[in-house]
Amino acid sequence: MEWLHLLQRFLSDFLRGAGVTLELTAVGLALGFALGLFLALVKIYAPRWLSRFATAYIEIFRGTPLLVQLFLIYYGLPSLGITLSQTLSAYLALGLNSAAYQAEYLRGAIQAIGPSQMMAGRSIGLSRWQTIRHIILPQALRLALPSWSNEPISLLKTTAVVFLIAVQDLMAKAKRAATVTYNPIASYLAVAVVYLLMVFVLNLLLKWLERKSKIPGFEIDVKRV
Amino acid sequence: MSKPILTVKQLTKRYGSNTIFENIDLSVNEGDTIVIIGPSGTGKSTLLRCLNLLTKPDGGQIWLDQQEITAKGTDEDRVRQHIGMVFQNFLLFNHLTALENVKLGLVRVKHMPEKAAEQKAMEELTRVGLADRAGHYPGQLSGGQQQRVGIARALAMDPRVMLFDEPTSALDPELIGEVLEVMRKLALDGMTMVVVTHEMGFAREVADRIVFMERGKIVEEGSPDALFYHPKYERTREFLWKITELYGKKEAQS
Repeated sequence: MEWLHLLQRFLSDFLRGAGVTLELTAVGLALGFALGLFLALVKIYAPRWLSRFATAYIEIFRGTPLLVQLFLIYYGLPSLGITLSQTLSAYLALGLNSAAYQAEYLRGAIQAIGPSQMMAGRSIGLSRWQTIRHIILPQALRLALPSWSNEPISLLKTTAVVFLIAVQDLMAKAKRAATVTYNPIASYLAVAVVYLLMVFVLNLLLKWLERKSKIPGFEIDVKRV
Repeated sequence: MSKPILTVKQLTKRYGSNTIFENIDLSVNEGDTIVIIGPSGTGKSTLLRCLNLLTKPDGGQIWLDQQEITAKGTDEDRVRQHIGMVFQNFLLFNHLTALENVKLGLVRVKHMPEKAAEQKAMEELTRVGLADRAGHYPGQLSGGQQQRVGIARALAMDPRVMLFDEPTSALDPELIGEVLEVMRKLALDGMTMVVVTHEMGFAREVADRIVFMERGKIVEEGSPDALFYHPKYERTREFLWKITELYGKKEAQS
Protein backbone atom coordinates (compact mmCIF):
# COMPACT_ATOMS: atom_id res chain seq x y z
CA MET A 1 0.00 0.00 0.00
CA GLU A 2 2.86 2.30 -0.85
CA TRP A 3 0.63 4.39 -3.07
CA LEU A 4 -1.60 5.14 -0.13
CA HIS A 5 1.30 6.59 1.86
CA LEU A 6 2.37 8.53 -1.15
CA LEU A 7 -1.16 9.81 -1.60
CA GLN A 8 -1.13 11.03 2.01
CA ARG A 9 2.24 12.69 1.66
CA PHE A 10 1.39 14.53 -1.55
CA LEU A 11 -2.29 15.03 -0.77
CA SER A 12 -2.36 18.82 -0.80
CA ASP A 13 -0.26 18.88 -3.97
CA PHE A 14 -2.56 16.36 -5.63
CA LEU A 15 -5.66 18.23 -4.54
CA ARG A 16 -4.31 21.41 -6.06
CA GLY A 17 -3.60 19.49 -9.27
CA ALA A 18 -7.05 17.92 -9.21
CA GLY A 19 -8.49 21.41 -8.86
CA VAL A 20 -6.65 22.47 -12.01
CA THR A 21 -7.84 19.33 -13.80
CA LEU A 22 -11.45 20.10 -12.85
CA GLU A 23 -11.03 23.68 -14.03
CA LEU A 24 -9.67 22.48 -17.36
CA THR A 25 -12.57 20.06 -17.69
CA ALA A 26 -15.18 22.67 -16.82
CA VAL A 27 -13.79 25.37 -19.11
CA GLY A 28 -13.16 22.94 -21.97
CA LEU A 29 -16.64 21.50 -21.61
CA ALA A 30 -18.36 24.89 -21.47
CA LEU A 31 -16.38 26.30 -24.38
CA GLY A 32 -16.90 23.08 -26.30
CA PHE A 33 -20.63 23.12 -25.60
CA ALA A 34 -21.14 26.68 -26.77
CA LEU A 35 -19.09 26.18 -29.91
CA GLY A 36 -20.39 22.65 -30.46
CA LEU A 37 -24.01 23.78 -30.26
CA PHE A 38 -23.24 26.57 -32.70
CA LEU A 39 -21.58 24.11 -35.09
CA ALA A 40 -24.49 21.66 -34.86
CA LEU A 41 -27.03 24.39 -35.59
CA VAL A 42 -24.96 25.70 -38.49
CA LYS A 43 -24.57 22.21 -39.88
CA ILE A 44 -28.32 21.57 -39.80
CA TYR A 45 -29.94 24.93 -40.46
CA ALA A 46 -27.42 27.11 -42.29
CA PRO A 47 -27.08 27.33 -46.07
CA ARG A 48 -25.00 24.55 -47.53
CA TRP A 49 -21.81 26.54 -48.13
CA LEU A 50 -21.78 27.57 -44.49
CA SER A 51 -22.66 24.16 -43.13
CA ARG A 52 -19.69 22.75 -45.06
CA PHE A 53 -17.41 24.89 -42.91
CA ALA A 54 -18.92 23.32 -39.83
CA THR A 55 -18.47 19.85 -41.29
CA ALA A 56 -14.85 20.60 -42.17
CA TYR A 57 -14.19 21.93 -38.68
CA ILE A 58 -15.65 18.83 -37.07
CA GLU A 59 -13.73 16.47 -39.34
CA ILE A 60 -10.43 18.26 -38.79
CA PHE A 61 -10.69 18.42 -35.01
CA ARG A 62 -11.88 14.84 -34.69
CA GLY A 63 -9.36 13.62 -37.22
CA THR A 64 -6.20 14.93 -35.58
CA PRO A 65 -4.68 14.23 -32.15
CA LEU A 66 -5.52 16.66 -29.39
CA LEU A 67 -1.83 16.84 -28.57
CA VAL A 68 -1.03 18.10 -32.07
CA GLN A 69 -3.74 20.74 -31.71
CA LEU A 70 -2.39 21.74 -28.31
CA PHE A 71 1.18 22.08 -29.59
CA LEU A 72 0.01 24.04 -32.63
CA ILE A 73 -1.73 26.49 -30.35
CA TYR A 74 1.02 26.78 -27.73
CA TYR A 75 4.14 26.49 -29.89
CA GLY A 76 2.73 27.36 -33.30
CA LEU A 77 0.61 30.45 -32.73
CA PRO A 78 3.50 32.60 -31.39
CA SER A 79 5.03 32.48 -34.89
CA LEU A 80 1.87 34.24 -36.06
CA GLY A 81 2.36 36.81 -33.34
CA ILE A 82 -0.22 35.31 -30.98
CA THR A 83 1.28 34.18 -27.72
CA LEU A 84 -1.03 32.56 -25.21
CA SER A 85 -0.23 31.45 -21.67
CA GLN A 86 -0.02 27.74 -20.92
CA THR A 87 -3.39 27.72 -19.18
CA LEU A 88 -5.09 29.69 -21.91
CA SER A 89 -3.61 27.42 -24.58
CA ALA A 90 -4.89 24.39 -22.69
CA TYR A 91 -8.39 25.88 -22.33
CA LEU A 92 -8.49 26.72 -25.99
CA ALA A 93 -7.22 23.36 -27.26
CA LEU A 94 -9.61 21.40 -25.02
CA GLY A 95 -12.56 23.63 -25.90
CA LEU A 96 -11.95 23.60 -29.66
CA ASN A 97 -11.44 19.85 -29.61
CA SER A 98 -14.42 19.04 -27.42
CA ALA A 99 -16.63 21.25 -29.60
CA ALA A 100 -16.18 18.88 -32.53
CA TYR A 101 -17.36 15.91 -30.47
CA GLN A 102 -20.19 17.74 -28.75
CA ALA A 103 -21.38 19.06 -32.11
CA GLU A 104 -21.93 15.51 -33.30
CA TYR A 105 -23.84 14.44 -30.16
CA LEU A 106 -26.07 17.50 -30.46
CA ARG A 107 -26.55 17.26 -34.21
CA GLY A 108 -27.79 13.69 -33.89
CA ALA A 109 -30.32 14.65 -31.22
CA ILE A 110 -31.57 17.75 -33.06
CA GLN A 111 -32.11 15.70 -36.20
CA ALA A 112 -33.92 13.02 -34.22
CA ILE A 113 -36.45 15.64 -33.05
CA GLY A 114 -37.16 16.13 -36.72
CA PRO A 115 -38.80 18.73 -38.93
CA SER A 116 -42.32 18.10 -37.63
CA GLN A 117 -41.69 19.98 -34.37
CA MET A 118 -40.34 22.87 -36.42
CA MET A 119 -43.57 22.85 -38.42
CA ALA A 120 -45.64 22.81 -35.25
CA GLY A 121 -43.70 25.76 -33.83
CA ARG A 122 -43.96 27.79 -37.01
CA SER A 123 -47.69 27.06 -37.24
CA ILE A 124 -48.48 29.19 -34.20
CA GLY A 125 -46.37 32.08 -35.46
CA LEU A 126 -43.02 31.40 -33.80
CA SER A 127 -40.03 32.38 -35.91
CA ARG A 128 -37.47 29.80 -36.96
CA TRP A 129 -35.05 30.85 -34.28
CA GLN A 130 -37.77 30.97 -31.59
CA THR A 131 -38.80 27.44 -32.54
CA ILE A 132 -35.21 26.23 -32.32
CA ARG A 133 -34.73 27.97 -29.00
CA HIS A 134 -38.00 27.08 -27.26
CA ILE A 135 -39.14 23.87 -28.96
CA ILE A 136 -36.30 21.97 -30.63
CA LEU A 137 -33.39 22.53 -28.25
CA PRO A 138 -35.17 21.76 -24.97
CA GLN A 139 -36.13 18.40 -26.46
CA ALA A 140 -32.87 17.73 -28.29
CA LEU A 141 -30.74 18.44 -25.23
CA ARG A 142 -32.74 15.98 -23.16
CA LEU A 143 -32.48 13.42 -25.91
CA ALA A 144 -28.72 13.96 -26.25
CA LEU A 145 -27.97 13.80 -22.54
CA PRO A 146 -27.34 10.04 -22.13
CA SER A 147 -24.81 9.82 -24.97
CA TRP A 148 -23.44 13.33 -24.42
CA SER A 149 -22.57 12.26 -20.86
CA ASN A 150 -19.56 10.44 -22.32
CA GLU A 151 -17.99 13.75 -23.21
CA PRO A 152 -17.41 15.22 -19.73
CA ILE A 153 -16.00 11.88 -18.54
CA SER A 154 -13.78 11.52 -21.56
CA LEU A 155 -12.67 15.15 -21.40
CA LEU A 156 -11.73 14.91 -17.72
CA LYS A 157 -9.27 12.14 -18.53
CA THR A 158 -8.08 13.74 -21.74
CA THR A 159 -7.01 16.88 -19.89
CA ALA A 160 -4.00 14.90 -18.68
CA VAL A 161 -2.11 15.72 -21.89
CA VAL A 162 -1.74 19.38 -20.91
CA PHE A 163 1.09 18.57 -18.46
CA LEU A 164 3.20 18.40 -21.62
CA ILE A 165 3.05 22.19 -21.89
CA ALA A 166 3.72 22.43 -18.13
CA VAL A 167 0.22 23.20 -16.92
CA GLN A 168 0.20 22.14 -13.27
CA ASP A 169 -2.69 19.69 -13.45
CA LEU A 170 -3.05 16.41 -11.60
CA MET A 171 -0.87 14.58 -14.13
CA ALA A 172 1.93 17.13 -13.70
CA LYS A 173 1.75 16.60 -9.92
CA ALA A 174 2.02 12.85 -10.43
CA LYS A 175 5.11 13.29 -12.52
CA ARG A 176 6.62 15.53 -9.86
CA ALA A 177 5.86 13.00 -7.11
CA ALA A 178 7.42 10.25 -9.21
CA THR A 179 10.57 12.30 -9.69
CA VAL A 180 10.86 13.25 -6.03
CA THR A 181 10.21 9.75 -4.64
CA TYR A 182 11.80 7.67 -7.40
CA ASN A 183 8.62 5.62 -7.17
CA PRO A 184 6.66 5.98 -10.42
CA ILE A 185 4.36 3.02 -9.77
CA ALA A 186 3.07 4.32 -6.46
CA SER A 187 2.86 7.89 -7.79
CA TYR A 188 0.82 7.10 -10.86
CA LEU A 189 -1.32 4.58 -8.96
CA ALA A 190 -2.15 7.21 -6.36
CA VAL A 191 -3.09 9.69 -9.03
CA ALA A 192 -5.10 7.08 -10.92
CA VAL A 193 -7.20 6.68 -7.79
CA VAL A 194 -7.79 10.43 -7.65
CA TYR A 195 -8.88 10.46 -11.31
CA LEU A 196 -11.15 7.50 -10.65
CA LEU A 197 -12.80 9.30 -7.74
CA MET A 198 -13.39 12.39 -9.84
CA VAL A 199 -14.94 10.34 -12.64
CA PHE A 200 -17.13 8.54 -10.11
CA VAL A 201 -18.50 11.80 -8.70
CA LEU A 202 -18.94 13.29 -12.16
CA ASN A 203 -20.90 10.21 -13.17
CA LEU A 204 -23.23 10.62 -10.21
CA LEU A 205 -23.73 14.24 -11.16
CA LEU A 206 -24.60 13.33 -14.74
CA LYS A 207 -27.04 10.62 -13.65
CA TRP A 208 -28.70 13.14 -11.36
CA LEU A 209 -28.97 15.62 -14.21
CA GLU A 210 -30.55 12.95 -16.41
CA ARG A 211 -33.10 12.11 -13.74
CA LYS A 212 -33.89 15.73 -13.04
CA SER A 213 -34.46 16.69 -16.67
CA LYS A 214 -36.65 13.71 -17.42
CA ILE A 215 -40.14 14.36 -18.75
CA PRO A 216 -42.85 11.75 -18.22
CA GLY A 217 -43.69 9.89 -21.40
CA PHE A 218 -41.09 11.79 -23.43
CA GLU A 219 -38.89 8.87 -24.50
CA ILE A 220 -41.86 6.84 -25.61
CA ASP A 221 -43.03 9.71 -27.70
CA VAL A 222 -39.67 10.27 -29.31
CA LYS A 223 -39.49 6.63 -30.31
CA ARG A 224 -42.96 6.68 -31.78
CA VAL A 225 -42.46 9.74 -34.01
CA MET B 1 -73.45 37.89 -47.78
CA SER B 2 -70.54 37.25 -45.51
CA LYS B 3 -67.15 38.33 -46.76
CA PRO B 4 -64.32 36.00 -47.77
CA ILE B 5 -61.60 35.51 -45.18
CA LEU B 6 -59.41 33.32 -47.32
CA THR B 7 -59.21 33.59 -51.09
CA VAL B 8 -57.05 31.31 -53.19
CA LYS B 9 -56.40 31.98 -56.86
CA GLN B 10 -54.66 29.69 -59.33
CA LEU B 11 -52.56 28.11 -56.59
CA THR B 12 -49.97 25.63 -57.83
CA LYS B 13 -47.41 23.46 -56.07
CA ARG B 14 -44.75 21.27 -57.67
CA TYR B 15 -41.93 19.17 -56.35
CA GLY B 16 -39.46 19.05 -59.21
CA SER B 17 -41.38 17.82 -62.20
CA ASN B 18 -44.06 16.35 -60.00
CA THR B 19 -47.15 18.55 -59.85
CA ILE B 20 -48.93 18.21 -56.51
CA PHE B 21 -51.81 20.47 -57.41
CA GLU B 22 -52.46 23.03 -60.08
CA ASN B 23 -54.58 26.15 -60.50
CA ILE B 24 -56.64 25.69 -57.37
CA ASP B 25 -59.29 28.36 -56.77
CA LEU B 26 -60.95 28.46 -53.41
CA SER B 27 -62.86 30.99 -51.39
CA VAL B 28 -63.66 30.66 -47.69
CA ASN B 29 -66.24 32.98 -46.19
CA GLU B 30 -66.31 34.12 -42.60
CA GLY B 31 -67.91 31.52 -40.38
CA ASP B 32 -67.90 28.83 -43.04
CA THR B 33 -66.71 25.28 -42.59
CA ILE B 34 -65.17 23.91 -45.76
CA VAL B 35 -64.44 20.20 -45.86
CA ILE B 36 -61.91 18.96 -48.40
CA ILE B 37 -62.20 15.31 -49.35
CA GLY B 38 -60.46 13.10 -51.84
CA PRO B 39 -58.24 10.04 -52.19
CA SER B 40 -54.91 10.14 -50.40
CA GLY B 41 -52.00 11.56 -52.35
CA THR B 42 -54.14 14.13 -54.15
CA GLY B 43 -52.46 17.11 -52.51
CA LYS B 44 -55.05 17.98 -49.84
CA SER B 45 -52.53 18.19 -47.00
CA THR B 46 -50.03 20.08 -49.12
CA LEU B 47 -52.74 22.52 -50.11
CA LEU B 48 -53.56 23.08 -46.44
CA ARG B 49 -49.89 23.70 -45.64
CA CYS B 50 -49.65 26.18 -48.47
CA LEU B 51 -52.58 28.12 -47.02
CA ASN B 52 -50.54 29.10 -43.94
CA LEU B 53 -47.27 29.22 -45.89
CA LEU B 54 -45.67 26.28 -44.08
CA THR B 55 -45.02 25.13 -47.63
CA LYS B 56 -44.29 27.69 -50.32
CA PRO B 57 -46.61 27.52 -53.32
CA ASP B 58 -44.96 27.76 -56.73
CA GLY B 59 -47.65 29.84 -58.32
CA GLY B 60 -50.89 31.69 -57.63
CA GLN B 61 -52.02 33.96 -54.83
CA ILE B 62 -53.58 33.70 -51.39
CA TRP B 63 -55.39 36.51 -49.62
CA LEU B 64 -56.08 36.53 -45.92
CA ASP B 65 -58.81 39.12 -45.41
CA GLN B 66 -57.70 41.88 -47.78
CA GLN B 67 -53.98 41.16 -47.60
CA GLU B 68 -52.14 39.10 -50.19
CA ILE B 69 -49.98 36.83 -48.06
CA THR B 70 -48.14 35.34 -51.04
CA ALA B 71 -46.81 38.81 -51.87
CA LYS B 72 -43.08 39.40 -51.52
CA GLY B 73 -42.03 40.82 -48.20
CA THR B 74 -44.97 39.37 -46.26
CA ASP B 75 -44.18 38.74 -42.60
CA GLU B 76 -44.97 35.02 -42.62
CA ASP B 77 -44.70 34.58 -38.86
CA ARG B 78 -47.34 37.27 -38.47
CA VAL B 79 -49.60 35.59 -41.01
CA ARG B 80 -49.33 32.24 -39.26
CA GLN B 81 -50.51 33.51 -35.92
CA HIS B 82 -53.79 34.37 -37.64
CA ILE B 83 -54.17 30.93 -39.23
CA GLY B 84 -54.44 28.10 -36.71
CA MET B 85 -53.39 24.61 -37.71
CA VAL B 86 -54.19 21.19 -36.30
CA PHE B 87 -52.04 18.29 -37.46
CA GLN B 88 -52.76 14.66 -38.14
CA ASN B 89 -50.08 13.55 -35.64
CA PHE B 90 -50.98 16.27 -33.11
CA LEU B 91 -47.38 17.53 -33.00
CA LEU B 92 -47.62 18.84 -29.47
CA PHE B 93 -44.46 20.19 -27.90
CA ASN B 94 -43.43 17.03 -26.06
CA HIS B 95 -41.37 18.72 -23.36
CA LEU B 96 -44.20 20.98 -22.22
CA THR B 97 -47.37 20.28 -20.25
CA ALA B 98 -50.76 20.71 -21.88
CA LEU B 99 -51.07 24.16 -20.32
CA GLU B 100 -47.57 25.20 -21.39
CA ASN B 101 -48.27 23.99 -24.93
CA VAL B 102 -51.21 26.34 -25.17
CA LYS B 103 -49.48 29.15 -23.31
CA LEU B 104 -46.23 29.25 -25.27
CA GLY B 105 -47.53 31.13 -28.30
CA LEU B 106 -49.33 33.64 -26.11
CA VAL B 107 -46.12 34.53 -24.31
CA ARG B 108 -43.61 34.25 -27.16
CA VAL B 109 -45.69 35.42 -30.12
CA LYS B 110 -48.36 37.64 -28.60
CA HIS B 111 -46.10 38.82 -25.78
CA MET B 112 -48.84 38.48 -23.19
CA PRO B 113 -47.78 38.72 -19.55
CA GLU B 114 -47.32 35.31 -17.85
CA LYS B 115 -50.40 35.57 -15.66
CA ALA B 116 -52.78 36.62 -18.40
CA ALA B 117 -51.35 34.01 -20.78
CA GLU B 118 -51.84 31.29 -18.20
CA GLN B 119 -55.42 32.33 -17.62
CA LYS B 120 -56.18 32.43 -21.35
CA ALA B 121 -54.49 29.05 -21.88
CA MET B 122 -56.61 27.59 -19.10
CA GLU B 123 -59.76 28.97 -20.75
CA GLU B 124 -58.83 27.31 -24.03
CA LEU B 125 -58.17 23.99 -22.30
CA THR B 126 -61.52 24.27 -20.59
CA ARG B 127 -63.12 24.92 -23.97
CA VAL B 128 -61.85 21.56 -25.25
CA GLY B 129 -62.76 19.85 -21.97
CA LEU B 130 -59.25 19.30 -20.66
CA ALA B 131 -58.95 21.68 -17.72
CA ASP B 132 -58.22 18.71 -15.47
CA ARG B 133 -55.29 17.62 -17.67
CA ALA B 134 -53.49 20.97 -17.68
CA GLY B 135 -50.43 19.64 -15.85
CA HIS B 136 -50.05 16.49 -17.94
CA TYR B 137 -47.33 16.04 -20.54
CA PRO B 138 -48.29 14.90 -24.06
CA GLY B 139 -46.80 11.48 -23.33
CA GLN B 140 -49.32 11.10 -20.51
CA LEU B 141 -52.37 11.91 -22.62
CA SER B 142 -54.45 9.76 -24.96
CA GLY B 143 -54.42 10.52 -28.67
CA GLY B 144 -57.81 12.18 -28.47
CA GLN B 145 -56.71 14.33 -25.56
CA GLN B 146 -53.49 15.29 -27.34
CA GLN B 147 -55.45 16.36 -30.39
CA ARG B 148 -57.77 18.47 -28.26
CA VAL B 149 -54.73 20.17 -26.72
CA GLY B 150 -53.53 20.73 -30.31
CA ILE B 151 -56.83 22.43 -31.08
CA ALA B 152 -56.61 24.54 -27.91
CA ARG B 153 -53.06 25.55 -28.79
CA ALA B 154 -54.21 26.83 -32.18
CA LEU B 155 -57.35 28.46 -30.77
CA ALA B 156 -55.40 30.37 -28.14
CA MET B 157 -53.89 32.57 -30.84
CA ASP B 158 -57.42 33.78 -31.75
CA PRO B 159 -56.98 32.83 -35.39
CA ARG B 160 -59.12 34.19 -38.23
CA VAL B 161 -59.34 30.71 -39.67
CA MET B 162 -58.49 27.17 -38.48
CA LEU B 163 -56.97 24.51 -40.72
CA PHE B 164 -57.44 20.84 -39.80
CA ASP B 165 -55.22 18.29 -41.54
CA GLU B 166 -56.90 14.90 -41.10
CA PRO B 167 -57.28 15.58 -37.38
CA THR B 168 -58.80 12.18 -36.54
CA SER B 169 -57.05 9.78 -38.89
CA ALA B 170 -54.28 8.91 -36.43
CA LEU B 171 -56.76 8.20 -33.65
CA ASP B 172 -58.19 4.97 -32.31
CA PRO B 173 -61.82 4.71 -33.40
CA GLU B 174 -63.19 5.22 -29.90
CA LEU B 175 -61.28 8.51 -29.53
CA ILE B 176 -62.48 10.11 -32.76
CA GLY B 177 -65.81 11.19 -31.34
CA GLU B 178 -64.41 13.51 -28.68
CA VAL B 179 -62.31 15.38 -31.23
CA LEU B 180 -65.13 15.70 -33.76
CA GLU B 181 -67.37 16.94 -30.97
CA VAL B 182 -64.96 19.78 -30.19
CA MET B 183 -64.75 20.66 -33.89
CA ARG B 184 -68.52 20.57 -34.28
CA LYS B 185 -68.88 22.98 -31.37
CA LEU B 186 -66.28 25.29 -32.87
CA ALA B 187 -68.12 25.38 -36.17
CA LEU B 188 -71.37 26.18 -34.38
CA ASP B 189 -69.62 29.00 -32.53
CA GLY B 190 -68.88 30.57 -35.90
CA MET B 191 -65.21 29.69 -36.31
CA THR B 192 -64.06 29.68 -39.93
CA MET B 193 -62.63 26.25 -40.67
CA VAL B 194 -61.00 24.35 -43.52
CA VAL B 195 -60.99 20.63 -42.74
CA VAL B 196 -59.31 17.79 -44.62
CA THR B 197 -60.98 14.62 -43.43
CA HIS B 198 -62.50 11.28 -44.37
CA GLU B 199 -65.20 11.63 -41.72
CA MET B 200 -68.24 11.82 -43.96
CA GLY B 201 -70.70 12.10 -41.08
CA PHE B 202 -68.93 15.23 -39.91
CA ALA B 203 -68.75 16.59 -43.45
CA ARG B 204 -72.41 16.04 -44.10
CA GLU B 205 -73.53 17.51 -40.81
CA VAL B 206 -71.15 20.42 -40.31
CA ALA B 207 -69.79 21.48 -43.70
CA ASP B 208 -71.22 24.47 -45.49
CA ARG B 209 -69.36 23.34 -48.56
CA ILE B 210 -67.56 20.16 -49.54
CA VAL B 211 -64.67 20.27 -51.96
CA PHE B 212 -63.80 17.06 -53.74
CA MET B 213 -60.18 16.97 -54.88
CA GLU B 214 -58.45 14.39 -57.00
CA ARG B 215 -55.03 14.30 -58.65
CA GLY B 216 -54.21 17.88 -57.78
CA LYS B 217 -57.46 19.36 -59.06
CA ILE B 218 -60.80 20.31 -57.63
CA VAL B 219 -63.24 17.98 -59.30
CA GLU B 220 -66.40 19.36 -57.80
CA GLU B 221 -67.56 21.48 -54.90
CA GLY B 222 -70.90 22.28 -53.41
CA SER B 223 -73.20 21.91 -50.42
CA PRO B 224 -73.22 18.49 -48.73
CA ASP B 225 -76.69 17.82 -50.12
CA ALA B 226 -75.64 18.70 -53.65
CA LEU B 227 -72.56 16.51 -53.51
CA PHE B 228 -74.14 13.56 -51.77
CA TYR B 229 -77.44 13.51 -53.66
CA HIS B 230 -76.91 15.32 -56.94
CA PRO B 231 -73.22 15.12 -57.86
CA LYS B 232 -72.36 16.51 -61.27
CA TYR B 233 -69.71 13.92 -61.92
CA GLU B 234 -69.85 10.17 -61.76
CA ARG B 235 -66.40 10.18 -60.09
CA THR B 236 -67.72 12.20 -57.16
CA ARG B 237 -70.59 9.81 -56.63
CA GLU B 238 -68.24 6.83 -56.82
CA PHE B 239 -65.81 8.27 -54.26
CA LEU B 240 -68.49 9.37 -51.81
CA TRP B 241 -70.23 6.05 -52.05
CA LYS B 242 -67.02 4.12 -51.37
CA ILE B 243 -65.89 6.24 -48.48
CA THR B 244 -69.29 6.32 -46.83
CA GLU B 245 -69.44 2.56 -47.00
CA LEU B 246 -65.96 2.36 -45.51
CA TYR B 247 -66.45 4.82 -42.67
CA GLY B 248 -70.21 4.85 -42.35
CA LYS B 249 -70.65 2.05 -39.84
CA LYS B 250 -68.15 3.48 -37.43
CA GLU B 251 -69.82 6.85 -37.52
CA ALA B 252 -73.26 5.45 -37.00
CA GLN B 253 -71.98 4.27 -33.64
CA SER B 254 -70.33 7.51 -32.59
